[in-house]
Amino acid sequence: MFNSYNENTLQFHPEKCINCLICTQVCPHGVFTEGKGHVELTSPEKCMECGACAGNCPVEAIEVQSGVGCAWAMINAALKGKDMDSDACCCGDDGCC
Amino acid sequence: MDTNNNGGCCSSDTEVNTGQFIQMIGLDKNSPAPEIQETTSDLTFNDRFDHFLARWGFRRSEHIVQPGIYKLGTPDADSPVFVSANYTLSFDALRSSLAGIDCYILVIDTKGINVWCAAGKGTFGTDEIVYRIKWSGLSKIVNHRKLILPQLGAPGVSAHEISKRSGFKVEYGPVRASDLPEYLKTHTATPEMRKVKFTFKDRLVLTPIEFVHVVKPTIIAAILLYMLSGPLAALIAVIAAVAGTVLFPVLLPFLPAHDLSIKGIILGWLVTIPFGIVLAADPSIVLWEKILTLMAMFLLIPAVTGFLALNFTGCTTYTSRTGVKKEIFKYVPYIALKAGTGIICLIVLGASRLMEII
Repeated sequence: MFNSYNENTLQFHPEKCINCLICTQVCPHGVFTEGKGHVELTSPEKCMECGACAGNCPVEAIEVQSGVGCAWAMINAALKGKDMDSDACCCGDDGCC
Repeated sequence: MDTNNNGGCCSSDTEVNTGQFIQMIGLDKNSPAPEIQETTSDLTFNDRFDHFLARWGFRRSEHIVQPGIYKLGTPDADSPVFVSANYTLSFDALRSSLAGIDCYILVIDTKGINVWCAAGKGTFGTDEIVYRIKWSGLSKIVNHRKLILPQLGAPGVSAHEISKRSGFKVEYGPVRASDLPEYLKTHTATPEMRKVKFTFKDRLVLTPIEFVHVVKPTIIAAILLYMLSGPLAALIAVIAAVAGTVLFPVLLPFLPAHDLSIKGIILGWLVTIPFGIVLAADPSIVLWEKILTLMAMFLLIPAVTGFLALNFTGCTTYTSRTGVKKEIFKYVPYIALKAGTGIICLIVLGASRLMEII
């Protein structure tokens, strides 16, 4: 009940995978692991939607709506009437990062 | 799939600028390449002092390394090339881990932001790297065509795209620069080296900047609360701020529940309990005043720590955007309700005191 992180936007299309393993190298949470023929989506719930796997996959076998998960930026965007998903970014002023 | 446009305010204009620059400089073959600068793997007192200031958020946009190509030791045309952000903490972590290794470091312009955050915004990205490869004349400096990037730069980068556009093949090193000497022995990283952590030390170094961020609003709130209902109310503001910015990051994994807002609210309750007991045991305060003060404390402190905890999502190493958005919709209304009710309690207290004086 108090876990908002059990779902995310990560999608893997194993039929496209060419087993180059780059996703297993760039993922900071071990979401993908080596498998036979194609990589395995082992721990999808650990995905933080950074987008490293999708951006580095040469055959677009991975899709994810990536973004910086920063509440401060999203709340600010929402308060200013902007789309929370669009330009949420907080660097420069008193941001988070 | 849109890894490159997830951080609008920084990336959009940078991408345009970089694009124009590539065109300008790419076409002008006569533009002189920058001189190779020298660096060492030693961290001096000044470096460490700079890191200290950066950690405290002092002139936080000024901890910048000049973009360019640096040589460490005595590299030759076959030496490895590492890519880094132009933030002193990033660059210094890299060079101090490369003691005894002759190599080049290509520092790209990430506007003084660390590798991971810059990658999230796309400034540590494909365009900037391709541009800096051309700008620095790297293909004339080394014989090989290989770049070693920090793994955490990957969210902003398309390795195959860099290869296609520059001829340089990207190799992702480990998450932590300190694992580089081990990594370089075989050029493969263990699964452990590939995983990002959030250790006690990692969390502790974040507390100064978290605290600095809330100092101003805390002082203002403390003064207002003091005038409204006395020193105890002012203390509430200070406790809430310290708990939310210092205790919360430190205790993060030990607090129950998964959602950060809930963890923050629970922490708020925990820190309020001792003060509540002292207050409840004080025989000099009349009952209704006691009840109102206790209500204000138990409503306001968890509201503040809960909100600060929610905002800490941007600093953790594991929260996804989808999850953070869910947290916002789930808990912000509840936190606002708590805070609103708490403030009403304080106003009633303040007003009744004022009446007594009159």
